[in-house]
Amino acid sequence: MAVARIKGAARIKGALRSPVTFSVVAGLVIGALFLIGTGADPLAAYRAVVTGSLGADGIGSTLSTGTSVLGMSLALAIPLRAGLINLGGDGQMVLGGIAAAVTGLYSPLPAPLTVVLALLAGIAAGAAYAALAALCENRFGVPLLVSSLLLSYPATSFASYLVRYPLKEPGSSLPQTRQLPEGVALPAFGTSTVTIGLVLVVLAAAAYWFADRRTAVGYEIRMTGLNARFAAYAGVERKGLTLRLVATSGALAGLVGSIGVLSFPYRFLDGSLTAPGYTWTGLTAALLAAAAPLGTVLASFFFAVLQVGGLSMERTTDVPRELTQVLQAIVIVFLAARLRFPRLRRRKPEGPDGHEPDGQGPAAQKPAAQGEFA
Amino acid sequence: MFFDSDLLMSALRALTPILLAALGGALCERAGVFNIGLEGMMLMGCFTAVATSWFTGSPWLGVLAAALAAAAYSLILAVGTVTLRGDAVVLGIAMNLLAVGLTSFLLRTIFGVQGTFDDPSLAGLPLVGGFSPLAYLAWAAVGVSALLLSRHVWGLRLRGVGEAPDAAATLGVSPARYKYAAVLLSGVLCGLAGAQLALGNVTLFSENMTAGRGWIAVVAVMLGRALPLGVLLAALLFGLAEAAGFRLQGLGMPQQATDAAPYVVTLVALFLSTAQRRRRNARTTGVAS
Repeated sequence: MAVARIKGAARIKGALRSPVTFSVVAGLVIGALFLIGTGADPLAAYRAVVTGSLGADGIGSTLSTGTSVLGMSLALAIPLRAGLINLGGDGQMVLGGIAAAVTGLYSPLPAPLTVVLALLAGIAAGAAYAALAALCENRFGVPLLVSSLLLSYPATSFASYLVRYPLKEPGSSLPQTRQLPEGVALPAFGTSTVTIGLVLVVLAAAAYWFADRRTAVGYEIRMTGLNARFAAYAGVERKGLTLRLVATSGALAGLVGSIGVLSFPYRFLDGSLTAPGYTWTGLTAALLAAAAPLGTVLASFFFAVLQVGGLSMERTTDVPRELTQVLQAIVIVFLAARLRFPRLRRRKPEGPDGHEPDGQGPAAQKPAAQGEFA
Repeated sequence: MFFDSDLLMSALRALTPILLAALGGALCERAGVFNIGLEGMMLMGCFTAVATSWFTGSPWLGVLAAALAAAAYSLILAVGTVTLRGDAVVLGIAMNLLAVGLTSFLLRTIFGVQGTFDDPSLAGLPLVGGFSPLAYLAWAAVGVSALLLSRHVWGLRLRGVGEAPDAAATLGVSPARYKYAAVLLSGVLCGLAGAQLALGNVTLFSENMTAGRGWIAVVAVMLGRALPLGVLLAALLFGLAEAAGFRLQGLGMPQQATDAAPYVVTLVALFLSTAQRRRRNARTTGVAS
């Protein structure tokens, strides 16, 4: 019992001293400096962020934004767990959205089946396009980081072309498809904008948690992330793992795209999926959580709060909401630089030689810093 | 006629920002720092150039300020990777995101506009012989950096630091100092690239106006194997793709198809170059990888 309590205290102490805490606090402090610089009251601004996103008016919006953010965070976290970065989330998401829109518009099946088919089409499109980026790395030796990003641009251009010409709603001045037929939509909770899509991404998060913790594949992925060469030596088939992870990542991105199309405004509007920057917010959340499943969920929620709260901050304090984007990036800059709070050196009254009772002297600090991206 | 001197001219105009940024990336690569923050550094350069030119009325001060601001911004990468030994890939990505957020935020707080700032009285760079002065500077920078890396003791040491930092340190060459210098130089070059982008062919700033050019520069470094002349050829390829895209657009191709062209061309070039390298490796070692 007592041991458990000491362990718990040590864990809390460790969490407070982790670079994640430092980065988030540093981000908020620098954000406050920005706010003071623009002449706003930082406390009022942060209060507006919290009340605007978690209050009765904002929580629905936070959850529907959170659906996309969590989906993209998972999409980026899964390959990141093995040390792979998929930067093509935008392209995979948009192709998923287009596939879902086409299925929704032209499927002859009854509406509920069409919705399922549209979701599957979106998932398949995202996965297939991401697999292409993985093939570039496996077969042609083009690093995934570069191939996935370069492939993203043609995909968004292609979608943009489709909704401007062949799929354009006749008579509309906007680059958008027709609205999906009556009933081809994800069911929403009550009158809110939160749809069953939230349940789908939370289920995906649960599946990721289970795979990460309880399955051999999850173990292989973590080992590859910790030390790819050792994992390969131990028999992990690297290329196959890359292909599967990146395809899964693309499948989730495609799912986010199709959820976006099957929710309000129930059509594909050019730029509406990419403009909110879910891919980048997702990447930030995944990096902040070091791709750990529960951490990714928490970080996604945090960033969804920032993104939605930023809007109400802008309304109440006239500070542009782009500040929240700055804040996000600062958090990752600090995290990548592996800064942390310095250990507080307390002089224990009973220990005249300054001996630290927990046996974690300065020498113990170095190895702890190694495991940050585990 | 499709391929004519006009096409070459517009290709040369399109390549300047890529070339400047890619030269910076090549210097970092040679010093052993993987720099994927080129995009963000360029974007900081774009904004600083436009803001300075607007408030001082002098595009030249804009260019200078852009170089300084981007160099200061590149310190994040230098301190983060060299001093604190952080992850260069994550830092680079974070710097790119920070630049997008910061410039959009400043665009709204300083200019009070969202999206794009352009004003007829915003002074751009004059053309000299059909090109921006920064284009000549970029070509000169190719020669200077090629000579520096192959002939000068500083370049030799820089390469030594990149290839064998421990050996360099044993000989009394401080790897940290050379890495800092390479990153700061890449900052200066990216700042100039940003100034060219925002005050060269057009005079305006718009959110995320670099639109992946920094990433193309990263690819140009890979394609050109971090050699200044190789980087020049890679940038020329991109410039030609962009110029041909504009030409095709004039002939009735949809804009979206031509927008995508440079990225596809770059990717294909990357395939071919790695495939060729693999074949050569396979021939010399007798083992297919």
